[in-house]
Amino acid sequence: MSILEYNGGAIVAMVGKNCVAIGSDKRFGVQLMTVSTEFPKIFPATDKTFIGLPGLATDIRTLSERFRFKINMYKLSEEREIEPRTLAHLVSSTLYERRFGPYFVEPIIAGLDKDNQPFICGMDLIGCINFAKDFVVAGTTTDSLFGVCESLWEPDLEPEDLFETVSQSLLNAVDRDSLAGWGAVIHVVTPERVITRTLKTRMD
Amino acid sequence: MECLIGMVGKDFVLTAADTSAARSITVMKSTEDKSRDLNKHVIMLYSGEPGDTVHFAEYIQRNVRFYEIKNGIELTPKAAATFTRKELATSLRSRHPYAVNLLIAGYDVTALSSQLYWIDYLGSSVNVPFAAHGYGAYYTLSLLDRYHRPDISLDEAKVLVKKCIDELKSRFIINLADFKIKVTDKDGIREIEI
Repeated sequence: MSILEYNGGAIVAMVGKNCVAIGSDKRFGVQLMTVSTEFPKIFPATDKTFIGLPGLATDIRTLSERFRFKINMYKLSEEREIEPRTLAHLVSSTLYERRFGPYFVEPIIAGLDKDNQPFICGMDLIGCINFAKDFVVAGTTTDSLFGVCESLWEPDLEPEDLFETVSQSLLNAVDRDSLAGWGAVIHVVTPERVITRTLKTRMD
Repeated sequence: MECLIGMVGKDFVLTAADTSAARSITVMKSTEDKSRDLNKHVIMLYSGEPGDTVHFAEYIQRNVRFYEIKNGIELTPKAAATFTRKELATSLRSRHPYAVNLLIAGYDVTALSSQLYWIDYLGSSVNVPFAAHGYGAYYTLSLLDRYHRPDISLDEAKVLVKKCIDELKSRFIINLADFKIKVTDKDGIREIEI
């Protein structure tokens, strides 16, 4: 089994009309044994941008701390918030620095840029960026997520509809994956505010 | 083959560690204390590669102590766990990583709450209401899931840990002779009998 599947987890991000949504499950396990059900994998980068880090739990923690440091340093030197597209390249180059001994995470970035245009992208563990116009998925549940997102997503969803679409996609996908689930968190980013909701899921 | 168990109660943390020091198929000692006190209110239980365990535990213990002397403050369980995790995560990508699994339990005297951290040799760290390490986890987590409550009293926790140990005695093929059980609360760390 791949080391990327050791702790389990699922993340999905979607684009809506002037908004984006990103969601993750809350399971932390060691192979098939669930150790904790309070382990969200999404971290705030700025007021309007989130980073999702599915993969090996130790690297999720290490990288979330490193990105927090780098984002704060960027803010201090540039005297402005980092743009999501810039952040994607920062994350990408941080991962490629470890090209031959990588961090085992597949980050997803979702946010609104300075003109409130939605931006989402996914990445592999060495930082190869996948810019997407519709949705990106990562983690152990990618197969199921791709299928369900492909059929549920449509262009120009309003924030509430986008929330529903992301929630239903994530919930129905993780129910078919024994390594993910046990609760979920969804963030919907709109120009005015961020809506964060915790979802109850099947606990079996 | 080793087993560590921990659970958070109303205003305490109860921890249990088996006392056998084995090498290959031979039990070398049956009264080993697999824990180190990091300060008055934080205890660290360890299991894993013999040699690595005690060396790593004492390295953490002395660095936590050094930090406290230098800065004149007592580390909270969260601070101790964060420091320990970083050491393990750094060690993981070194030439010779430590193979040590830990439970860090303690009472936070500023927040007035008891906490338990589950940390593995990779440097994964999670704050949990109850936890177990080793093969014993496969037998005890289900019992803890069923009977643990956030407001569990010390007497109830003793009964529950006894249930866990009895389960290991009846189902687990390895004979874990005895367990050292400790309670950490606002008054410090003490060993108890069940």
